[in-house]
Amino acid sequence: MSAIDTIPFETGIDTLDALESESIHIIREVVAEFERPVLLFSGGKDSVLVLHLAAKAFWPGRVPFPVLHVDTGHNFPEVIDFRDRTVARLGLRLEVASVQDYLDDGRLQERADGTRNPLQTQPLLDAIAAGRHDAVFGGARRDEDKARAKERILSLRDEFGQWDPRNQRPELWDLYNGRHTVGQHVRAFPISNWTELDVWRYIEREGIELPPLYYAHEREVYRRDGMWRAVSEVSPARPDEVVERRTVRYRTVGDMSCTGAVESAAASVADVVAEVATSTLTERGATRADDRISEAAMEDRKKDGYF
Amino acid sequence: MGDALFRFATAGSVDDGKSTLVGRLLHDSKAILADQLESVARTSAERGFGGEPGAIDFALLTDGLRAEREQGITIDVAYRYFSTGRRSFILADCPGHVQYTRNMVTGATTADAVVVLVDARNGVLEQTRRHLAVVALLRVPHVIIAVNKIDLLGYSEAAYTAVADEVTTLVGELGLPEAHVVPVSALAGDNIVDRSANTPWYRGPALLELLETLPSLDELETELEALRMPVQLVIRPQGAVAHGVDDPDRFRDYRAFAGRIASGTVRVGDRVQVFPGGATTVVTGIDAGPRELDAASAPQSVSLRLADQLDAARGAVIAAAGALPEPRRELDAALFWLGGRALRPGARVLVKSGTTTVQALVPEIVGRRDLDSLELEPAEHLEINDIGQVRVRLSAELPVEEYVAHRRAGAFLVIDPQSGATLAAGIVTAPVTPTTGRAGNTSTTRTTTDTEGVAA
Ligand SMILES: Nc1nc2c(ncn2[C@@H]2O[C@H](COP(=O)(O)OP(=O)(O)OP(=O)(O)O)[C@@H](O)[C@H]2O)c(=O)[nH]1
Ligand SMILES: [Mg+2]
Repeated sequence: MSAIDTIPFETGIDTLDALESESIHIIREVVAEFERPVLLFSGGKDSVLVLHLAAKAFWPGRVPFPVLHVDTGHNFPEVIDFRDRTVARLGLRLEVASVQDYLDDGRLQERADGTRNPLQTQPLLDAIAAGRHDAVFGGARRDEDKARAKERILSLRDEFGQWDPRNQRPELWDLYNGRHTVGQHVRAFPISNWTELDVWRYIEREGIELPPLYYAHEREVYRRDGMWRAVSEVSPARPDEVVERRTVRYRTVGDMSCTGAVESAAASVADVVAEVATSTLTERGATRADDRISEAAMEDRKKDGYF
Repeated sequence: MGDALFRFATAGSVDDGKSTLVGRLLHDSKAILADQLESVARTSAERGFGGEPGAIDFALLTDGLRAEREQGITIDVAYRYFSTGRRSFILADCPGHVQYTRNMVTGATTADAVVVLVDARNGVLEQTRRHLAVVALLRVPHVIIAVNKIDLLGYSEAAYTAVADEVTTLVGELGLPEAHVVPVSALAGDNIVDRSANTPWYRGPALLELLETLPSLDELETELEALRMPVQLVIRPQGAVAHGVDDPDRFRDYRAFAGRIASGTVRVGDRVQVFPGGATTVVTGIDAGPRELDAASAPQSVSLRLADQLDAARGAVIAAAGALPEPRRELDAALFWLGGRALRPGARVLVKSGTTTVQALVPEIVGRRDLDSLELEPAEHLEINDIGQVRVRLSAELPVEEYVAHRRAGAFLVIDPQSGATLAAGIVTAPVTPTTGRAGNTSTTRTTTDTEGVAA
């Protein structure tokens, strides 16, 4: 359907319209009530969606907050390129919290398994403190994980960034209470109620550009933990792993060392929508090695101040 | 035009089967993907669920926190999503334990329908009453009673009818709209997605059929109500227009009021009235991002351009001309006290209504609703999980309305000015005197004379 000329007010609004309106309302509330919001921006589809919604929320004005990238140093080059072009196109200020800097000067040590996702927490918290950000937008969705399914839209964090799932603030109607004390900050999740399929249907409807990784392309890959992993400097194949060329795409885009691709011929947005609608695996189940560590991997990382 | 969104929440006493029902609903409507099912099956097997191999504890699909899995209870709301082709659903699985009632309130405030589970063996328990009282207070549009665990009673019609009658009576006493009652086994899947052969005596719809057909809140309300939009912020780029806007000069004097429509429909050319001040003007444009609309309705987020340069900012309310309520400084209100410290007369709090937060004083606690008798009894203070009736004095006028007439204009938060904690869910009511009113009942006594001192 063409969204541009469809104004479905006579028949009630559809799911995507309802989700869009809810998200824009949340983004505007946070901007109105906080001093220094920032958006966590990875170049992944969810943070691109939040940015797109923010641009709509303040149109024809500019997006009134900077973006923050927690850079693990293990990036897909296409994603960094996309990040920089997006920031330039919208005239945004980009803040970067670099995990590599922390490794270089010894504030953090490389983990034995080589993954850097768990190392993001400290640079993130330091960047929040340095930027004096009292609200941090994230693109997390409740359908991603069973711990995220429990989180509020405005989630209060203490000075260590910790989430206390047993003691969350009630969240009533659409009246958000962002009050916090010195040292605390709030994580705001405007697309909490979107599913992966909603995101893709909306990307199709709005014609939103994404990094090319999300669409089928040929790549040198090898099989590990039931996922296709890209051959790269930071994720080389072990001697016993067979490298082959396959047509793959990414369902999530994160740290190269722990994000897997799925075999797919979905080369266009419409193909991806069709593929996601019939997928038998969840997004993270299919692509994230770091969430397979334990039953409650996400909950534990969130308690420690992760997104 | 895609499918519409419908939000529902579960409620009912601890262990009555809410999470199991939700898991069953997700599973039987094919919303569970292979890796999730595998993970839940593995955990069920490790814990020896059901005593037989292959039995799946469907509650694990929503009880996602470590502590929940260890204790076998729900602590906080889990939000899940599924779609049947007819509708997309947002489902809030709420906890039953009394300690976490505040989380159930969280789940219920946004619900179009609440599914209240009752264990057929136990009937109505204290938490069932409390949750139903909350549902009545919040005026959730639809109440569905799922009489659960009928597999344990041999699918007996008599046992079901006894419980159904008990709950229906309570629903009536609470002044709730008529409830839909469904006999179910969440564990076995009877009458959840499809009608069950085990209950030939039941002629009504399965649970999912009800959820697919009941009208949502916004469907019910847009038809009825006049336009109302609280202003979140004013968009005024003043030259700092977004990159990529073709013709920046066009927007040099752009000024629009951004907000989410709380009720009604707005069209270009409509006459509107603006709080504060009450000045009347005309809508000259409706923008949704770069797209111009002829009309928009609740709950859309838009930016409204007005003919006159009004001095309005965040906290302003734009309403259909003639529909702006008389601003008030004194409110009668019902509160659900969520915790933190107790409420005592004379307390200073913050009240957040729409997009405004003002200081407020609670000079008087009119009473506390007794859960057994449902009567309003005199009370010195309100404590956690109490439903109370109070008077509130605001430091500034607000254009609120009674919640029964307009949800979004009558709902407010009570916030602790020191800690910032949310202390209560508040709704604006008509004046109420003790022993006459009933929770959520619209037939409360309206007093035309001074009601000062009624708590004495
Ligand atoms: N036999 C039978 N057992 C059921 C049924 N529904 C739930 N149970 C069992 O009842 C127990 C409690 O179920 P839950 O779904 O966790 O209950 P709950 O209402 O979500 O509990 P809280 O969220 O902690 O309030 C579990 O052992 C379930 O397996 C049913 O229809 N039949
Ligand atoms: Mg439960």
